[in-house]
Amino acid sequence: MTPSTADTGFVHVERRPGAYADSVALLQVSKDVAAVDGVQRAQVAMATPLNLDVISSMGFDVPESSPNDMVVAIRLDEESRLDAALAAVDAALAAVTRRSEPSGSAEEPARTTASAIKRSDASLALVSVPGANATVEAVDALDAGKDVMLFSDNVPVEQEVALKQLAARRDLLVMGPDCGTAMVDGIGLGFANSVQPGPVGLVAASGTGCQQLMCLLDHAGVGMTAALGVGGRDLGVDVGGLATRQAMRRLDADPATELIVVVSKPPAEEVAAQLRSFAQTLSTPVHFALLGPGQPDLTSSAEAVLQALGRPVPEWPTWGAGAASVPAGHLRGLFAGGTLCDEAMLMASEQLGPVHSNIPLDPQYALDSSLTADGTVMIDFGDDSMTAGRPHPMIDPTIRLEYLARTAKDPATSVVLMDVVLGHGADDDPAATIAPGIRAALAAAREAGRELAVLVACVGTADDPQVLADQALVLAEAGAEVFLSNAQAARRALTLIGAAA
Amino acid sequence: MTTSTHQTSGITSAGASIFAEALEAQAVPVTRVDWRPPMEGTEEDLATVATDPLREEANRRAVEAVLSVQAMLVDVAPASEVLGLERGQFLHAGPPLTWESASGPMRGALMGAAALEGLVEDPEEAETLFASGEGVSLEPCHHRQAVGPMAGVVSPSMWMWVLENPEDGRRTYCSLNEGLGKVLRYGAYAPEVLTRLRWMSATLGPLLAEAVRESGPIDATAILGQMLQMGDEAHNRNRAGTLMLLRDLAPALVRSSADPADVADAFAFMGGNDHFFLNVAMPACKLQMDAARGIEGSTMVVAMARNGTEFGIQVAGTGDEWFTGPAQIADGLYLGDYGPDDANPDIGDSAITETAGIGGFSMATAPAIVRFVGGSVPDALATTRRMGEITLAENNRWAIPVLEFMGAPTGIDVTRVCRTGVLPQINTGMAGRVAGVGQVGAGLVTPPGEIFPSALAALSARTRARAES
Repeated sequence: MTPSTADTGFVHVERRPGAYADSVALLQVSKDVAAVDGVQRAQVAMATPLNLDVISSMGFDVPESSPNDMVVAIRLDEESRLDAALAAVDAALAAVTRRSEPSGSAEEPARTTASAIKRSDASLALVSVPGANATVEAVDALDAGKDVMLFSDNVPVEQEVALKQLAARRDLLVMGPDCGTAMVDGIGLGFANSVQPGPVGLVAASGTGCQQLMCLLDHAGVGMTAALGVGGRDLGVDVGGLATRQAMRRLDADPATELIVVVSKPPAEEVAAQLRSFAQTLSTPVHFALLGPGQPDLTSSAEAVLQALGRPVPEWPTWGAGAASVPAGHLRGLFAGGTLCDEAMLMASEQLGPVHSNIPLDPQYALDSSLTADGTVMIDFGDDSMTAGRPHPMIDPTIRLEYLARTAKDPATSVVLMDVVLGHGADDDPAATIAPGIRAALAAAREAGRELAVLVACVGTADDPQVLADQALVLAEAGAEVFLSNAQAARRALTLIGAAA
Repeated sequence: MTTSTHQTSGITSAGASIFAEALEAQAVPVTRVDWRPPMEGTEEDLATVATDPLREEANRRAVEAVLSVQAMLVDVAPASEVLGLERGQFLHAGPPLTWESASGPMRGALMGAAALEGLVEDPEEAETLFASGEGVSLEPCHHRQAVGPMAGVVSPSMWMWVLENPEDGRRTYCSLNEGLGKVLRYGAYAPEVLTRLRWMSATLGPLLAEAVRESGPIDATAILGQMLQMGDEAHNRNRAGTLMLLRDLAPALVRSSADPADVADAFAFMGGNDHFFLNVAMPACKLQMDAARGIEGSTMVVAMARNGTEFGIQVAGTGDEWFTGPAQIADGLYLGDYGPDDANPDIGDSAITETAGIGGFSMATAPAIVRFVGGSVPDALATTRRMGEITLAENNRWAIPVLEFMGAPTGIDVTRVCRTGVLPQINTGMAGRVAGVGQVGAGLVTPPGEIFPSALAALSARTRARAES
């Protein structure tokens, strides 16, 4: 313990070796403790390098620690509040580290995926532990003859290849790593939208791309047999489409699947070509929705799928109206979904030239850690580099909203493009935090005498727990112009920028 | 599983609880994993070993080999005959050891054995003999297919139980149990200790040899199965096993050509020593675990052993290499006025019982002794279930009634120990720190945690070397 008196109040920083809770649970703990009377700031987190940076940026002295330690950092009005604050930490930790059995019982919780499978007749294993630990849990599932959905990111690519080779030998499917979305047996896994059963089987090397297609098709009245995620790197040269092939084979064998749709972030050319010839060997028709320069956007792909099925293409819904025009300035994209970010960048670069990003289309436009540039900027806040040791922005909007507040004050910003992704696994009520952020951003710009447009792609369905229309309305009331189609939102942004130039 | 019409039977979830909650919100049965970070610095090695193409099949073979062993008690004979031990050669418990690094009880036992073999008149004189190293040598029991409880010292004139696996003719060995209190294996070497050992070599050993040969092979594996149903865990409680062995040997003992007074003494000695069967259980367990030795790619622990200074393990996939760390002091109850300061660090090959799934691993079946090792009945049930988290198989021949006849958790997996941080639990006796004192208590002990990451690193290095060759 290193209690010390700083300029304002009393600071307590404590290292707890061996204590562990997942990053989402600790976010809740930090929130609960920060809400205690007399606590100014609180951060309870695992001591990963990224979290230590956060703790340090909050004005705490970071103790010597290993990533397996928990760090409790609290700033109090006065020292007398410490006991109450620490009691709140313990109470909050006890509440989130829920054990399956009370202590003293003869039952012991399953400590590995292997043990959990042995105890249940589970048909699938879901793994969302930190990336460095994910492979062993996934192998447990493959050893037991089960498919695995690997939500974890930051899994080394050579481990991904080894896992998928192992799975292919056993005719099993590894969905992931970094697989945000899947739907199997009618169940949404990870971030997944509630859609109807129907004739389309999706194979997705892209979580939000998959969600966008599912939601557009659902709006058009077309449902799915399954959505099998394969992880964002599957169509890269290293992995070579190992899981995509396996997923296509699965859907081909499923009589309910009439059309297979493969959706991906920009793939490696040769892998895309191999998959196109592999598709020729299947008895079910395959439609490829692969993003890339000169390729159709996701909304166009959804429309092509509808046409292939002989279904009408509806009007894609919008809510609210923003600024009719904006002053000359730059477009700033703040995304939680990597594929939605890719799609917007591909569209923007055709009209505006190079786009600066943390996931740039062209490496020379990579952003540094300031995440700012003089020009068009689009940031994927869900990228691995931004999520090590902290929750995904679809769960925790803090970092993205801080950035929104900053970029709204930047006189060079004239249009902000955002996504809000709904469904199982996502924030229960994202509009509740994002709408006030948008309102404040618009107000800040107005105070500075500028017109600012905020455009939102709200990806969801009527059956999602958050309900698409409810969320879209709240965002629209805050002053945003809201679209179901990300491509439409991006096109609107480009129209505004183009008119101002 | 890909069609929307098919109903899922459930999903397991390891990691962020929101995903489990999202599934429960969709009315899907979820089995949660109580996941914690692995032992520090093991992530990469764990991933390497997990994706070793040999591992799964190797572990399956190891489990099959271990579970198919039938340990038959076939003979009793002097160590000089069956182990080829020569004058001046001594076996000891645990990983390799030098006189300089030997602890008090280990030195005491060696000194007593030197006097037993007539190398010295008085055990005290043996200190200079062992220090000089002239004409004496030390070697682990495990290196001669033997095991020894506590100090585990074996010298040429001691008689050994001989166990055999009929299928492949492999044999393992263990000395005869001397009883409790002031005994050589706890480091005592007083005259009464040596007198008892001489009687065992001159009278008990030959009697048992005649009885075993006369009654024919005795199925030790089956006795172990019955013991577990009778409240013995076969490490710190061997009461039922001892009685069953006595029952099997009694007709041949009574019919033997020996002096009836010697036969009566033998009955009294064995019947008065509730641990007599331990020295049969141990080589039975070793015979079982040795079946998995040398299976490349297997992550199963085949031996856990302590020499009073170091705790060592050997693993199926890493040959004869020992992975060692400092032996710990047991946590438990002390006899009389003894306390923790009097206890020697962990000692003995008897952890071969836990390696094979009994002893501390089957604590649930021995509620009678949970207090003796400082626990409660719920603790005992939880311990056996927890050991199930770090083992590869259940041994259905060794069923635990109170856990719905769950098989003894067998085959410690190095990777699961590293992943969960759960260490094997061992029931053990405690020897006095000072040579000559004897037993001071009994309790629970675990291996030093760091030996499992060391073994994992060796498995990982072999995996990488194979991938590159």
